[in-house]
Amino acid sequence: MARLPILPAALAAICVAGAAWAEEIGDAEKGADLFSTCIGCHEVGAGARDRIGPHLNGIFGRRAAAHDGYPYSRSMQRAGDDGLTWTFETLDAYIENPRALVSKTRMSFRGLKDPRDRADILAYLRDFSDNPSDVPEAEPTARATDHDLDPAILAIQGDPEYGEYLSSECLTCHLPDGGAEGIPSITRWPVEDFVVAMHAYKRKLRPHPVMQMMAGRLNDEEIAALAAYFRDLD
Amino acid sequence: MTLNRRLFMGAGAAAAATLKAPVLLAEGHGKPNVVVVGGGAGGATAARYLAKDSDGAINVTLIEPSRTYFTCFFSNLYIGGFKEIDDLGHNYGTLAAKYGINVVHDWAVDVDREAKTVSLAGGGSLPYDKLILSPGIDFIGGSVEGWDLSAQNAMPHAYKGGSQAELLRAQILNMPEGGTFAMVAPPNPFRCPPGPYERISMVAHALKASNPTAKIIVADPKEKFSKMALFQEGWANHYEGMIDWIGSDFGGGNVSVDPAAMTVSIDGEVTQVDACNVIPAMKAGRIAEMAGVTDGNWAPVNAADMSTKADPDVYVLGDASQQGDMPKSGFSANSQAKVCANAVRGALTGSRVFPAKFSNTCWSLIDTNDGVKVGATYEATEEKIAKVDGFISSTGESSDVRRATYEESEGWYAGITADMFS
Ligand SMILES: Cc1cc2nc3c(=O)[nH]c(=O)nc-3n(C[C@H](O)[C@H](O)[C@H](O)COP(=O)(O)OP(=O)(O)OC[C@H]3O[C@@H](n4cnc5c(N)ncnc54)[C@H](O)[C@@H]3O)c2cc1C
Ligand code: HEC
Ligand code: HEC
Repeated sequence: MARLPILPAALAAICVAGAAWAEEIGDAEKGADLFSTCIGCHEVGAGARDRIGPHLNGIFGRRAAAHDGYPYSRSMQRAGDDGLTWTFETLDAYIENPRALVSKTRMSFRGLKDPRDRADILAYLRDFSDNPSDVPEAEPTARATDHDLDPAILAIQGDPEYGEYLSSECLTCHLPDGGAEGIPSITRWPVEDFVVAMHAYKRKLRPHPVMQMMAGRLNDEEIAALAAYFRDLD
Repeated sequence: MTLNRRLFMGAGAAAAATLKAPVLLAEGHGKPNVVVVGGGAGGATAARYLAKDSDGAINVTLIEPSRTYFTCFFSNLYIGGFKEIDDLGHNYGTLAAKYGINVVHDWAVDVDREAKTVSLAGGGSLPYDKLILSPGIDFIGGSVEGWDLSAQNAMPHAYKGGSQAELLRAQILNMPEGGTFAMVAPPNPFRCPPGPYERISMVAHALKASNPTAKIIVADPKEKFSKMALFQEGWANHYEGMIDWIGSDFGGGNVSVDPAAMTVSIDGEVTQVDACNVIPAMKAGRIAEMAGVTDGNWAPVNAADMSTKADPDVYVLGDASQQGDMPKSGFSANSQAKVCANAVRGALTGSRVFPAKFSNTCWSLIDTNDGVKVGATYEATEEKIAKVDGFISSTGESSDVRRATYEESEGWYAGITADMFS
């Protein structure tokens, strides 16, 4: 199979990364399993869409915050403008401790401590980066976990003005600018993911006493209103 | 400071409200005036939401004597050495610059509810259509025999923000080896029910590092306290043998202190102490009493909008209010402020008023990465703010859960202070 990185940036990255790239960076098969820690927010593979996070096809060699149409945090945009490019090293640092690399990133992820695990995930992701026009078809697209929420609930159009009022209760804990310092970011999510997450707390499928209590007394319209408001909060 | 004459007349206000449109909004004049007294958890939040959401349709004035607000929340973590004092300080610059709030650094010294004016220590008075009081607490004189405010340097209360906490920490760090720290805990109801016990944990944490043979005595007029099982478990795990908690059944309520001699008498037994934290009984901040909206120690309010039972145009938030089931906490004050701001804005501009929803969560740190929490949601009923649902950490939780709980509390601190000041 021809391996022709199309972006000059990717070439540069490979040269810089040097030895690490000469060898296998990790075990892609193990990485496919470990990607379950990312899958709640990221899709990868043919037909992958942006979800809570951007899809990760073609991530190697790309500038940070370079995927059109995805609402990156200001912090990530600044990092991209400053020249942060995704190489093995920078990706490794980001998923080890997202906020150590991009201080106010919206990615609410605690970080992966084991270097082996990180290398395996990155090896897996690289398979979707080598030739973006030929993303492996055989791989089933890794998607956010399925849910059995009634489509009628997902179809409710939220009232953003009511959502704004309701959101004030959430903003005692969650930051409006998407910052995540011990409590995850909930801004600019796709409505569907937001509604699914809130109903998962409400139905106690997701554990967490605070969020089960908060979601527990919201009705379907209120959850839709919150999803509509937080989607557009910038 | 501008001393606008009150040009916004009653009949016009009623008409504006029913038309659901702010019709009397000619530049500056004729806009409704809201005066907020106290720039803490309740007052700063109320002022910010009113100004932010009304887009200039309401003149919002915030009266607060301090230029920097030092949060009481997390002040125990400062005492434990987990925070710097500067981490706890916040100023009012953004409220003025970003939302156009008229921030007046002065004391409110009186309220004339007939004339609808608030007078200031610096002279002059401000007219209001709606007055929101969130003055926090004051102490009840004589509640701890031998202690009054003049003793607050020898025996700090450290129950209002800033320098008192600094003083107490310095005194703890200066204790002689093997010395004794005493706390006189307050009777119910008081600000931050787990506060004294989180403080004991943090004092123990500091002493364990610097002075491990030191002793801690707590004289408590109560039989039990918030998150008691969790604290006692934590004290046994981390501070074995250091803490002696004396509840009311063992005379913990029968206390007097002598700040000059640095002694504490508990149920007749006199102990020489090296540092002493006296947390007296509490009542609403004095301005609420001067406004004539208190009944006993606190100001009774209507749950739907936090207006006082005494006057529909005067609202009381936070610790000073008597509202029902919510604990007196910064989280509660912030939650009540948002309900109140929504109702006040609706009354003055005809904007949509949504049903009141309240919530509270109080985290406490017992030792490094050992956090616990308690929380509840509330609704407005005819007679009070009533609890709907709640949760509490359990004893025996894993260290991962406890660490995540502590990290959440840091997230919450960033969240609530942004919700007040940014
Ligand atoms: C040690 C400790 C730990 C705590 N921990 C937590 C915690 O973890 N979580 C939590 O939610 N809560 C906590 N609290 C409780 C929290 O600090 C209070 O409940 C909260 O601050 C109450 O808000 P408030 O608006 O009623 O009063 P405050 O925040 O006290 O604000 C009152 C303000 O009014 C001003 N003021 C008073 N009188 C006048 C006047 N006449 N004119 C003008 N201004 C005036 C004061 O200067 C002050 O700034 C803690 C408290 C303590 C003491
Ligand atoms: C809780 C949701 C969540 C999880 C879990 C998560 N991410 Fe993210 N991720 C995001 C968000 C949101 C962003 C956008 C960050 C920003 O704009 O600051 C992001 C951004 C990224 C980016 C930068 C993308 C770009 O285009 O610049 C990479 C790379 C990434 N994530 C990799 C991962 C990997 C690998 C994992 C699993 C180990 C993971 N993420 C887990 C939410 C998540
Ligand atoms: C008392 C603090 C607090 C309040 C108030 C609060 N949350 Fe949360 N929220 C949290 C914490 C802590 C988590 C992480 C929970 C977990 O680990 O599952 C969380 C998680 C979430 C998540 C999932 C985030 C993710 O990355 O998967 C969503 C969505 C959410 N909250 C929405 C809301 C909404 C909407 C409100 C207001 C109605 C709200 N929260 C109010 C503390 C809070």
